[in-house]
This record gives sequence, structure tokens and C-alpha cells, in this order.
Amino acid sequence: MSEFWTVAETARRVAAGELTAYRLVENVLTRIRNVDRELGAFLEIDLDGARNAASEIERRRTSGEPLGPLAGVPIALKDNLVTKGVATTAGSKILKGWIPPYDATVVEKLRAAGAILVGKTNLDEFGMGSSTERSSYRKTRNPWDASRVPGGSSGGSAAAVAAGLCAASLGTDTGGSIRQPAAFTGVVGLKPTYGRVSRWGVVAFASSLDQVGPLTRTVADAALVLQAIAGHDPRDATSLNAPVPSYSEGLDRGIAGMTIGLPSEYFNHAIDADVRAAIERTMTALKDKGAKLVEVSLPHAELALPAYYIIAPAEASSNLARYDGIRYGKRAEAQDLLDLYRKTRGAGFGPEVKRRIMLGTYTLRSGYYDAYYKKAQQVRALIKRDFDEAFAKVDVILTPTTPTAAFRFGAKVEPLDMYLADVFTLSCNLAGLPGLSVPCGLTAEGLPVGAQLLGRPLDEATLLRVGAVIEATVGLGERRPGGIT
Amino acid sequence: MPTLTRKEVDEIALLARLHLEPEELERLRTELGTILDYFVTLAVVDTTGVPPMTHAVPMEMVLRADEPQPSLPVDVALRGVAKRDGDLIVVPAIIPGNDP
Repeated sequence: MSEFWTVAETARRVAAGELTAYRLVENVLTRIRNVDRELGAFLEIDLDGARNAASEIERRRTSGEPLGPLAGVPIALKDNLVTKGVATTAGSKILKGWIPPYDATVVEKLRAAGAILVGKTNLDEFGMGSSTERSSYRKTRNPWDASRVPGGSSGGSAAAVAAGLCAASLGTDTGGSIRQPAAFTGVVGLKPTYGRVSRWGVVAFASSLDQVGPLTRTVADAALVLQAIAGHDPRDATSLNAPVPSYSEGLDRGIAGMTIGLPSEYFNHAIDADVRAAIERTMTALKDKGAKLVEVSLPHAELALPAYYIIAPAEASSNLARYDGIRYGKRAEAQDLLDLYRKTRGAGFGPEVKRRIMLGTYTLRSGYYDAYYKKAQQVRALIKRDFDEAFAKVDVILTPTTPTAAFRFGAKVEPLDMYLADVFTLSCNLAGLPGLSVPCGLTAEGLPVGAQLLGRPLDEATLLRVGAVIEATVGLGERRPGGIT
Repeated sequence: MPTLTRKEVDEIALLARLHLEPEELERLRTELGTILDYFVTLAVVDTTGVPPMTHAVPMEMVLRADEPQPSLPVDVALRGVAKRDGDLIVVPAIIPGNDP
């Protein structure tokens, strides 16, 4: 069946006319109708958009016009990527009913590559969360076990790919929001180097950390989707003007002679026994394939969490000031302007978003700036320095993506407990590095485990190469989620 | 420092332009206190002479030529506005009691 075809296979079969893009779209829409009521991955399905895109592909194919590299590939978008004419909520009530007048750069690029954009996926409100439980709209379940969370904040994007509702999806990652749900749902998730992918049209959370990236079922597919979205964008002043290499080339070149670093600070952290065992099997596999494994030290690793939870809420409190009920989104009735702002925001934002706005407002207050925000930015520099020193000795760093496999709904009530779910993924964003999560086996309970690879800036190619070896040796192979079918 | 008073939480909510119900304010007072306590781990780190890292990659100020470019038509840009009068956005009075 077409639902579990890879990106490459889908594009090849559509181009060859083995399956028309029309038929493919109808298969996808049927699959979504059958599965998503329980799974809860989507917030919006773009029926007309998907069917129109299929018509255009068939028109081109039958008239012999060239097809894009992703022609016919069904892709879902996290609902914090703005889509022209298709409702975009960022998982928040404050944006309920908002229809953006333009496409994000990544959306434009996927359309240009021929992808069929099937809909918008669920997320923790504005990307603030690690379980998708903080969405203001619906619950997204983990396709491996319906009593567990899919991770977050890109939980809808991860669940949709894992359950075969699309071939690939885009997520955003501010502190682990692509990699952590990828690990929890047994898919591949890539957070590119900061600036590799344009942020234009991404609903901003923390602008110095946010990055868009793919979630896919294979490493080769992650390379294909990254290829389509990477590159400089004059509309995003922070996007990097550096050449984009071919990410698919050399994927199968192997890892003989490569040096892989194991940061002792991560491995000394409390890690679930099954997760640790899966990572140890991954290490053995990498060694068998000719890599050299060495211990490295990232002395400031444990400071990533407090630094992140100062920097990200501070930036969020500033970014979310735009939601005031004036230019878009929901507006509350009020007697004067200040009251209008306060009532609109009080009614429109959920508890986690309010918490982070309050936290950011507190730490940015005059008189507190040096003690919190400036201090956190200095610690951020130390964390980056640790990585620079480690990457002088090793090609990539291997860690577990998360300390545990997917947890149950309601398991993390206290804010700090939830924040700790991201303990291994945050430092990558602080340092601006690329990070990849690749499935590396299952726990005794049958839940996926993710191996995280961190690399040098702009060295996504090496991460993908090592990821391909993990996938081929300890990956999930043909094992599919059985929690929701 | 981190234990917050109700007055402080009220002030932050005003600065953040958030209307919060009394029970939300009380819950945030304790939750923020716990989170701020956690931040003291940073206070003991020696950061003397370490320049703050403001961005993930070294950034230079990017300037573009000051030339008009095509942009969203006004009507399209204002489509999401809750209350309009032609090309203007209608808002309540800034100073209470001065509604036109």
C-alpha cells in the first residue's frame, strides 16, 4: 500500500505513472479519515489544495513537462508554518480562524518541488511543550501506544509520519521539538543548523533558537526534504548565505575511520535502562562499521536547561507581544486599549504560554536583566565553546535523544518535570548546531528509542551518513506502530 | 530573591499585558518561584569576561538597498483585522473615557 512508501519511492512511482497523483491523494485522504479521528495528528486538512496540486502534477506529467523532485509526495506541515488561504493557529485559540495571506518560504519551496501539502498538524501551543498536550485544540496520540504522548511540540507532524498519514512532514525545533517527538514515534527527525532553513513565515517562538526541519520514515527521505527547503532567503536576515551541498550524495559511503564522541555528562545522567541498552547496541554497531568511539566532555552540559528556560521564554515574551487583538486573531471586548490587550491575551493564551510570557517578562525586567538574561547568554557562549572543543576531536557526537521513551498522558504535571524531557536536546539549539534523531530499536514495552547525533555547523551531510548506518544496523526496519491502525 | 510576592506577580502581568484571574495569579506565583529557584544554578558559574552570545551563529547587520518592493496589498494585509473602517483599524480609546 502507498501509505508507507518512502518519499523517494512515491516520487518515482508518480513520475513513472504507476500511480496517479489523484489516486495517491485520495488514498492519503482516506487513510487520514480512517485513522486520524483517534490519532489526532491533524488540525486542518486542505482537501482542495491537495486535489489541485495532484491535478497540476498530472497535467505536467501527461504533457511531458518536468516534475519537481518531490512531485506527488504527500507532506504535512506543523501548524505554526503559515499557509496562504489555509487556517494557521500555532495550536493557540488566539489565532483561531486566522487565514494567512501568504506562504512561509519553506511552504513555497515544497510547493515548487511538487509536494502535495495535505494539511496542518497539531502542536503544543506556539511550540511550547514536549508532549502536544499543551495544544488548545486536540489530543494527539502516540501511534505505538494510544495511552502515550507522541512527544512535542511537533507531535502531530511526528504521529502523522509514523502512522503513514503522509510520507514526510515539517516540524520546528526550538529546544528539541523535532527530535524528541521523532524519537517517541520511531521516525527520523532533523533539526538543521541555525540559519540553514529560512524562518520567514514561521510563527516565532524564540527567534535565536527556532529552526524548521523534516520528519520522515527514513534517513534518505530526510536528506531529500532538507534539500528542498534549505538555502539562503533574503527575507530572513538570519538565514545563512552558504552553498547547499547534495545531501543524498554520499549517504551510503559508510563511517569507516570516523570518530564519534560520547559526552560523559550525558551518559552520567539518569537514563531509562532500555534506552541505555538501545544506545549501547548502537555504539557497538557503529564500532563494527569502522567508527572510532571516544569519550568527550561537555562540562557545561547541565547548564543548558536553566539557560534555555531563561533565553527561550524571554524571546517568547517579546515575540508574542504581537498577539494583541488588533491586526489579526481573536479580539476581546473592552472599554479601553490596555484593557483590550489584557483581556484578548488573557482569554487567548493557554496556561503554558502565559507561564512563559510571565517568566520572560520577569527576567527581562530592568534591574534583573544582568542576573538572568545576560548571564544565560554568557552560559550559552560557554556551552558553544564546549562543543567547539569537542568537534576539534570528533566528527559527530552521539547521545540518546531523550532519557526515556514516550510517557503516558498526564504523567508530567509540574512544569519543571516537562522541561526535563528535553534535557538532551536543548544544548544543540543553544549552540546553533545540527541535530538528528534516528530510531535505534524498541524498549521491552515496544516503544521506539531515538539516537541523537549532533554535528558541526552546516555538517548535516555527516549526520545523515552516520544516521544511515544506525538505520541499517539497529533501526526499526519493517516494524510499524500497532497502537492505532 | 526568587520567592515572589502577589504584588510582583500583578506587576509582571501588567507589563506582559495579560489579564489573569486571581487563581491563575496565585498558581503562577508559586510556579514561577520554583522555576526561578532552579535558575540559581547559573548564578554560581564564573562568566567573567565571557561575551554574551546573542545569536546561534556569528551575525553581521544585514542591510538592503532602500528601494520600494512589491508587498501585500493593504486590503489583503488587513483581512485578519477584527474591526475596520476602510483601510483603518478601529480600536477603543487609548485613554479611558475618551471614545470618539
